[in-house]
Amino acid sequence: MTNLLDVERLSKRFGSVLANQEISLSVKPGEIVALLGENGAGKSTLVKAVIGLVKPDSGTIRVKGKELPYGDTAGAIARGIGMVHQHFQLVPVMSVTENLILGDEPTKFGLIQMQKARRETAELSKRYGLAIDPDAIIEDLPVGMAQRVEILKALRRDVSLLILDEPTAVLTPQETDELLEVLRNLASKGVGILFITHKLREVMAIADRVVVLRNGKLVGVTSPKESSESQLAQMMVGREVVLHVEKGPGNPTGAALEVRELEVLDDRRLEAVRGISLQVNAGEILGIAGVEGNGQRELVEAICGMRNRRKGKVLVAGKEVPNLKPHEVHAAGVAHIPEDRERHGLVATYSISDNLVLNRFDQEPYAKGWIRDLDAVARNGDELVRRYDIRTPNASAPASSLSGGNKQKTVVARELSQNLPVVVASQPTRGVDVGSEILSLSDRVAVLYGGKIVATFDSKLANRDEIGRLMAGSEGSRS
Amino acid sequence: MKFRLSYFVIISSILLFAYFYSQNSIVTSSVVFTAIPFALPLALAAMVGVMCERTGIVNIGIEGTMLVSAFTAFFLGAILKNITAGLFIGIMTGVLVGLLLSVMTITWKMDQIIAGVIINIMAAGITSFLYRQNFRIPSTFAPIDLPILGDIPVVGPIISDHGPITYLGIIFIFGLWVALYKTPWGLRSRSVGEHPSSADTAGVSVVRLRYLNVTIAGAVGGLAGSYLALEAVGIFERGFTAGKGFTALAIMIFGRWNPLGAFAAALFFGLSQAVTNQLMIDEVVQIPQQFVTMLPYILTILILAISAGKVRPPAAEGIPYEKEKV
Amino acid sequence: MAIMQRVKLQSLSIPLLSLLIAFVVGSILIAMQGSNPLLAYQVLFTKAFGSVEGFATTLAKATPLILSGLAVAICLRAGLFNIGAQGQLISGALASAWAGYSFVGLPFLIHIPLALLFGAFFGSLVALVAGLLKAYRGVHEVITTIMLNSIVIALADYLASTPFKEPDQPITRTPKIEESARIPDIFGLPLGFFIAIAISLAFWWLMRKTTTGFRIETIGRNRSAGWYAGISVKRVIISSMLLGGATAGVAGAVETLSITGRFEPAFNAGLGFDGITVALLARANPLGVIPAAILIGGMRGAASTMQFRAGVAPEIVDLVLALILFFVTAPILLRLLKRKEEGISLSSGWSN
Repeated sequence: MTNLLDVERLSKRFGSVLANQEISLSVKPGEIVALLGENGAGKSTLVKAVIGLVKPDSGTIRVKGKELPYGDTAGAIARGIGMVHQHFQLVPVMSVTENLILGDEPTKFGLIQMQKARRETAELSKRYGLAIDPDAIIEDLPVGMAQRVEILKALRRDVSLLILDEPTAVLTPQETDELLEVLRNLASKGVGILFITHKLREVMAIADRVVVLRNGKLVGVTSPKESSESQLAQMMVGREVVLHVEKGPGNPTGAALEVRELEVLDDRRLEAVRGISLQVNAGEILGIAGVEGNGQRELVEAICGMRNRRKGKVLVAGKEVPNLKPHEVHAAGVAHIPEDRERHGLVATYSISDNLVLNRFDQEPYAKGWIRDLDAVARNGDELVRRYDIRTPNASAPASSLSGGNKQKTVVARELSQNLPVVVASQPTRGVDVGSEILSLSDRVAVLYGGKIVATFDSKLANRDEIGRLMAGSEGSRS
Repeated sequence: MKFRLSYFVIISSILLFAYFYSQNSIVTSSVVFTAIPFALPLALAAMVGVMCERTGIVNIGIEGTMLVSAFTAFFLGAILKNITAGLFIGIMTGVLVGLLLSVMTITWKMDQIIAGVIINIMAAGITSFLYRQNFRIPSTFAPIDLPILGDIPVVGPIISDHGPITYLGIIFIFGLWVALYKTPWGLRSRSVGEHPSSADTAGVSVVRLRYLNVTIAGAVGGLAGSYLALEAVGIFERGFTAGKGFTALAIMIFGRWNPLGAFAAALFFGLSQAVTNQLMIDEVVQIPQQFVTMLPYILTILILAISAGKVRPPAAEGIPYEKEKV
Repeated sequence: MAIMQRVKLQSLSIPLLSLLIAFVVGSILIAMQGSNPLLAYQVLFTKAFGSVEGFATTLAKATPLILSGLAVAICLRAGLFNIGAQGQLISGALASAWAGYSFVGLPFLIHIPLALLFGAFFGSLVALVAGLLKAYRGVHEVITTIMLNSIVIALADYLASTPFKEPDQPITRTPKIEESARIPDIFGLPLGFFIAIAISLAFWWLMRKTTTGFRIETIGRNRSAGWYAGISVKRVIISSMLLGGATAGVAGAVETLSITGRFEPAFNAGLGFDGITVALLARANPLGVIPAAILIGGMRGAASTMQFRAGVAPEIVDLVLALILFFVTAPILLRLLKRKEEGISLSSGWSN
C-alpha cells in the first residue's frame, strides 16, 4: 500500500534559525502519527510546508507517491490533505456553513446554493458525530465547537490525510478525550492522521507511531509500545527532565496582593470573572491554572489596570488600588509581564534602553520635569542589560534586533528591577525554552473555571489529574 | 427592538417625497431627478471603496483614479472625436491606476494610506501638467428614454431620461451586491477582507483575489471619472472631481460596506444637494454660494462622526498579508 | 557600528536617488512635449540657486514650506497623516491678515507676535476638529482633514468676499495689513525664514529631549505599548494635531505678514500640499524638512522663469514633485517590509 505522505530531507530556514533540518517522515492510511516536540522544535513549520503555507528550501513532499510542488496549498487540498490549524482558520463573522464551503462552493448559474450547502453541513456533522448548528456564527461559538468546525472543514473535502496542529492546546481534558475518540474513529475509516503535540499523555493514548523533533532536527521515530512517557520526554528535551524546579520554600509574610469579590466583563461584555477573591502573600508564588477562556486573562487585566473592574477590590500591601490605568497600577506596586509583549511590552524600533524605561520615562531620574535625561536612561540600560544578561551588543540597539527570549528578558528586567511588592506574569514562559509546569513553580495553585476559583491547592499536595478535572469543570473533592 | 437609522431615513424620505409631490409634483420630480446625477459618481466611487476594502485594501486614491480617468476620457474622446472610445479609454485608465495601487499595496506592501495619497497627488500632477485649453468633445452621452419603465406614473419621470453610464452604473451596483453576497467570488472576497489566512488555507489565493478586485475597482473608478467628463459635465477642469472620491469613502462607511447601503447613502447625499439647489433657485433661502459648496464636505464629516465606531470595517483592512505568518 | 552607518547612508541615499529618478522621468516628459529638458533644468537651477538674489527668493519661497512640512511631519511622528496643512494654513493666513489690519497703532514688537499668534490659533482650531474626531470618534484624520481643507477654503472665500472684504474694491480680498504687522527683511532675507528655522530646531529638540516628544514618538510607533506605558493616546493625538495645525497656521501667517500683505483666496495655493512632499522627503525629520523645503521652494520659485525661457509648463514641477513623492515613499515601505515595525504605519481601518 502506498504511503499517504512521504516527506524526504525537508529543510527550511527563517533568517538565522534553521527551523527544519533534513526531516523525513511518512504516514500510512489509517495510521495515527504523533509529531512530538517542544515549542519551537519545528513541528508547525514542517506541517505548514506539507500543506503549502511555507515554502521549504529543499527536500521533497510526496502525496500518495506523487510529488507536490512547494507552496501549493490548493494542490495539497486537491490531493486530500486537510489541516486543522492551531489558530483556527475560520472567518469569525461568517456562519459555520459559509466557512465550510469557502474555496469549494456548490453553485448553480454562478450563484452559491446556500440551502444545499446547509443541508450538506448538517449531513456531514451527523455522519461524523460532530453536532453543530450550520447557521451559527463562528465568533459566537465556544472554542471546542469552533474546533469541530475546523475538523468538519477538513472532512468535507474527503481528506485522506488529516493534519492537526496542537489541537488540544485550547481544550479541556474532557473535550480532549472526545477529540481523541473522533480521531480514532476517523483512523478506523482509513484516514491517515498526523497529529502535532507536546503532550505526552495524548501521544501515549492515541499514536501508532511517534516522530520526535528537537531544535529543527529529527531525533527519533518510535511508538508508545516501545517507549515510556519519560523516555519520550527525554527525547523531546534532550536531557533528563526535571519535573521540579529547584527553589526554596516560600516564606510568606502577610498579604502582598489581595483580590476581593472581583467581577470583570470580557470584550464581548459577558461576565468573565465572577466574584473572585484571592490572596498572594509576600514571598509566595500563586499559580493560576485554567483552560483558555475561563477568565484568567480578564482577571490579570483587571488587576493590572488594562480592563475595568465591574465590582470588587484589589489591595496591594493592604492599600486599595482603585480602577486605574496600567501605569498607575504599576506605580501602586504591581509589576506586570504582559502576555502579548510585542503589542504591550515593547516598542520594537526603540532602543533597549528606551524600552527599559518605557513606563517610567517621565519619572526621576530619567526625566527632570519636562526634559529627559538621556544619560540616566543609557546608564540604566547598560546596567540592566548586564544584570539580566540580555544578549545584545549594546543597550542602544533596537529591541527588534533581540531574539524572543531576550525580548522577554527585557520586559522582565524592566518590571522586576524596581522591586515592586507584586509581580503578575501572564504566560511568562510562552515562546521561551523552559519546560516548566505550573505545579513545579508555584507554592499554591488556584484553579479557574467559568470565571470562578473552583479550588486552591498547596502545590506539594496537588494531584495533576484532579487539577485537570477541575479545570474541565467537574466537582473537586477539596477546596 | 433594534433601531436602524437606514430604515428611518428611507421611510421618512418616502413620506417627505409623498408630501412634496402632493404639493408640487413637477418641482418635486425634477428635484429627485437631479439628485441622481449628483448621487451617481459618489455611488460608483463608493463601489470602488467597497470592492477594495471588502478584500482588505484601503483605497484612499479613488479621487485620483477618477481625476485621471476623467482626464483621459475627456481628452482622448475630444482628440478621437468619439466619446465611446473616450469612455473605453477612461475605464482602461482606471484599470491601470488600480494595477498601480495593487502593486504598491499588495506586492510592495506599502502603507495603504500613503499609497492612496500618492496616487491622488500624482493624478493631480499629471493632469495639471498635461492639461490644455480649447478641447471639446463632440457631445455628451445622450439621455435614454426608458421604454415601459419611463411610463410608470410618479417614478417614471424620475428614473427615465438619464444617460447610458447612469444606467450602466446602477446595473453594476445591483450586480455587485449579488456578486458580493451570492457568489463564490463574493464569499471569497469577504473572507480575504476579514481573515485572509482562512481563505488562504482553503486554497483561495489572497494575492490574486486582491489584485483582481483592486483592478476591477480601478475600472469602476474609471467609469465614475468618465461619467463626470462625458455624461454629466462634458468638460474637464483641473481638480474637477472636487473631493468626490473622499466623500465616497464616507458614503461607503455609512453604507456599511454594502453596495446597496452605499447606494442609498449616495442618493441621500445627492438629494440633499438637489434640494439645496432648488431652494436657492426658488430663493426660499439666501445662502452664500460658498456655504452651498461646503455642504457635501460638512455632511461627510458629520456622517463619519455619527457612523464611525458603530460600524465594523472588514477586519483585515489595511494589513498586508504575510503568508508565512499564518 | 557598521549597521548604524549603513542606516544613515540609506536614509540619505533614498531621498537623493528618488530626486534623481524623478528628474529623469520628468526630463522624458519635457522632451515628449518638444522642449529641451537639459535647458529647462539648467534654467530652473540657475534661477533658484545660481545667484544671491535668486537664492534669497528661493529661501522666501521655502519659508512657508518649512513650516507646512513641519506641520505634516510632527503628525507623522505621532502616526497621523495630516493632509490638512492646506486648510490650517489658509485659516492662519486669513486670521493673521485680520489681526494685521484690524489692530491699529500697535508697536511692531507686539503687533507681529500677535498676528502670528492669531495665525497659530486659527490654524490649530481647524486641526483640532480633526484631532477631536480622531480621538473620540475614531474618524480617520485623512478624510476629515481633506474635507476640512475644502470647508476652510470655501469659508475663507466667503469671509474675504463679505465681512472682511476691502471696502470699495471689486476684488475678493481683505484690506492691507498695517505696516506695524509687516515682518521685515534682514540682510536682504525675510525674517520669516529665520522664524521657520527656529521652529524646526524647537521641534527637533522637542522630539529628542522632552517627555512630550517621547510620548508622541511612542504612540506613533506602537500605540498599544504607549497606552500600556501610561501615555494617553487621545491626548497625544489631540496635542500633535494642535501642534501641527498651529505650525501650519504660522506658515500662513508668515506668508501673509512678510510676502502678500493681505489675504486673497488665490494666494497660498498649494503651500500646504507641498508640505506633504516636504515632510515625506525629509522622512518626518524636523531638521530634514529645511533642505527639502529649500529644494521644493527653489523649484516653485523658478518655475515661471523656466516656462519663459525654456517653454516648459510650470506644472512640470507638480509632476516632478509627485514623482519624488512616489519614489521616496516606496522605499519607506521596503523598509517596512524587512523590519515590520519600522517606518510609518497609518492604515488601520476607519474606526480605531
